[in-house]
Amino acid sequence: MTTGLDVLYRDVVLDHSKRPRNFRMLDGGQHAVGANPLCGDRLTVYVRVENETIQDAAFRGFGCAIAIASASLMTESVKGKTVAEARALFDQLLRMISAHAESPVDDLGDLSSLAGVRQFPVRVKCATLPWQTLLAATTARVEVVSTE
Amino acid sequence: MSTGSPGSAPAFDPVAIRQDFPLLRRRVYGKPLVYLDNAATTQKPQAVIDRVSQFYVEENANVHRALHSLSEQATDAFEDARTTIGRFLNARRTEEIVFVRGTTEAINLVAQTYGRSRVQRDDEIVISTMEHHSNIVPWQILCEQHGARLRVIPITDAGELDLDAYVTLLTDRTRIVSVTHVSNVLGTVNPVKEIVRLAHERGIPVLVDGAQAIAHDAVDVQALECDFYAFSGHKVFGPTGIGVLYGRSALLESMPPYQSGGDMIRSVSFERTRYGDPPSRFEAGTPDIAGAVGLAAAIDYLTGIGCARIACVEHELLEYATSALSHVPGVRLIGAPAARVGVLSFVLDGVHPHDVGTILDREGVAIRAGHHCCEPLMDRLGLPATARASIAPYNTREDIDALVTALLIVRGVLG
Repeated sequence: MTTGLDVLYRDVVLDHSKRPRNFRMLDGGQHAVGANPLCGDRLTVYVRVENETIQDAAFRGFGCAIAIASASLMTESVKGKTVAEARALFDQLLRMISAHAESPVDDLGDLSSLAGVRQFPVRVKCATLPWQTLLAATTARVEVVSTE
Repeated sequence: MSTGSPGSAPAFDPVAIRQDFPLLRRRVYGKPLVYLDNAATTQKPQAVIDRVSQFYVEENANVHRALHSLSEQATDAFEDARTTIGRFLNARRTEEIVFVRGTTEAINLVAQTYGRSRVQRDDEIVISTMEHHSNIVPWQILCEQHGARLRVIPITDAGELDLDAYVTLLTDRTRIVSVTHVSNVLGTVNPVKEIVRLAHERGIPVLVDGAQAIAHDAVDVQALECDFYAFSGHKVFGPTGIGVLYGRSALLESMPPYQSGGDMIRSVSFERTRYGDPPSRFEAGTPDIAGAVGLAAAIDYLTGIGCARIACVEHELLEYATSALSHVPGVRLIGAPAARVGVLSFVLDGVHPHDVGTILDREGVAIRAGHHCCEPLMDRLGLPATARASIAPYNTREDIDALVTALLIVRGVLG
């Protein structure tokens, strides 16, 4: 691969974008719609929370490779975590991919495969859209979440 | 819009034209810049950059105000720019040229002056499915203000306006028709003259959004017989922040002011203000003088090459690009209008346009990816987004070849 693209499109990211996990609707529980109006990306994130713990998370929709991979990785990483833990994980992800963050970030497991987004600032919101939508879903907000 | 004929003039050499545009020497990620995002904005020739610079170095003063000679020179330069643009559009009178910030402001101006003074409850405004948001939202706002309705001309699967449907939308409630000359997504050249004729038969005025047309062929507002024509300077090699609204004198004279303030009045007292005549009635405040002067320089540059020659060479390049792209595995061109200029939208099987855009960027190829401010059109096409390559006279076959090579790399990375 040429000119740093392999940093963005790592194998794990490509795998999740081509074969997204938990790409389904969820009966019961809550959902929210996230849209990136400039890209035309639109995701619905479904979540089932019991006793503050995320029992299941899934998503449907369309988006670029980064948005789909991020959503797929997210649904895998938040299951079994409390909403507060999921929020903290998103904060760490944000620090990992934000060009301005300085402090090193803990190893985030498979989520670390998105670290290359940091070198593509215009793509940051592709990676954050699923998370913002998930957090909106946990608070049972049903309006459309926008990255703009 | 015809594709024109080069006539007796020798065909120009895009490689020579490129030399006039300093930005095109830039490199991106170590690769030569291949700029194919001309529908978003065009690059500026040295002549325009120099003219704007010269204005600030030698001529800067406010216009239409002071008695000193510098102000007189600035006013002359500004009004000469208006004359240049009037001739370029073949307006009957220079006073029919109103300086605005761009196409968006021009359409808002017409909606909130002509529209506001004439549109009433249950009236209708006709636009089309392929309009840019800037030719939708101003009319939507007007409709909300007055209880009027938007009627939308559908398009065919080829990406052309359905003229049979258009005729049925024209009623005694229709107050204005506002359509784009060229689609910024599909490149479709709309039959504006016919659209105007059908509207005028019923006494309905027509605004033409010329944002995407203006750089690609000569525009003759008298031949089109349109009532308003709007375009942005930055899409025709001029500066950002300056644009033009052409309006037929009789209409401009009948319209109330847009913004209010200095320069647009004849006399002011606290009891009564008398407004100036067009175009000053619509140009409140200090205008973008350097922008107007720079835009005139861009028009001079364009006419120096010859609009017909540009149209001819671009047509050839577009044919080349259409053929080259259709041979890339997985590429699907969007729309197949019989008359097309400047723009090719496409999608790559299984790859989101934004990923296409990112990977192309790393190869030095600048295109646009997204909905291009045309969400209703995207809905009609059943697509969330497209990738769009758009050309200018400085583009070459090598640029198209670089695009194709980069698309093959996209396939390699994400295919």
